[in-house]
Amino acid sequence: MTTKTLNASVAGSAILPALFAVVLGLGIITLAGHVQASALHDAAHDVRHATGFPCH
Amino acid sequence: MFSRILTSALFAGAAAGLITALLQLLFVQPVLLHAELYESGELVHFGAEAVSAHPELPGFDAMRDGLSIVFTMLTYTGYALVMVALMSLAERMGHEVNARAGILWGIAGFITFHFAPGLSLAPEVPGVAAADIGARQIWWTATVAAAGVAMWLIAFGGNMVSYLIAAALLIAPHAIGAPEPESFTGPVPTEIGALFAARAFGVGLAAWVLLGAFAGYFWQTERKHADAKA
Repeated sequence: MTTKTLNASVAGSAILPALFAVVLGLGIITLAGHVQASALHDAAHDVRHATGFPCH
Repeated sequence: MFSRILTSALFAGAAAGLITALLQLLFVQPVLLHAELYESGELVHFGAEAVSAHPELPGFDAMRDGLSIVFTMLTYTGYALVMVALMSLAERMGHEVNARAGILWGIAGFITFHFAPGLSLAPEVPGVAAADIGARQIWWTATVAAAGVAMWLIAFGGNMVSYLIAAALLIAPHAIGAPEPESFTGPVPTEIGALFAARAFGVGLAAWVLLGAFAGYFWQTERKHADAKA
């Protein structure tokens, strides 16, 4: 029982930070690659084309 | 754990992003600027006279290219956060993560984020005709998600069923088809469009292999730091 609880908490402590980092990373990718606000679009224009994001 | 992921990803993303930005400025940007001469109508393809394939292109633009460097580093830091987070899970599952293994991670990342969507939505040179941006972004996102799951299944699935699911996930978006334009109106010569796509993929592969190797390297170095502190 004790081992089980320990394993569950270890797994939780590994998955939560990873999940957090994935969400943060996808947020940054969306901001740099997809958001169509014109200031962002213009600033990231060349990068979006070169990195294969749909642009315009 | 979170700080180890964050530190490794920031180092790897910044380093790979900076090198990628320089490679893009050297190899991709001149092709893009060349295409823009046709997009703006300054050059016209198949007009009365033949057009030189070597026009004078604008040089380094501190504002424009500076922003490109910043956004490339930002984009690759985003990729790095996702990759290092998955590396941490793989390590917990008992797989060794280091710079060498990182090369494979990088190739898988390239396929997921660049090659899989690019196979049907080819890297676009400015001025190409394309379908509605919203529709393409949805298709792009779905294709990246499917390819990402497929790469994980190929790497860690370990049985025939997971390989078959992975194959289906890789093929399905292209069998369904990407949003396509109603008609072709692109003013840019096909030679420039083809070179642009090839250069974008080439630099993308180099960038991702660097990102994977750096991410694996920093992930391992940060563990030594964490162990030393503990």
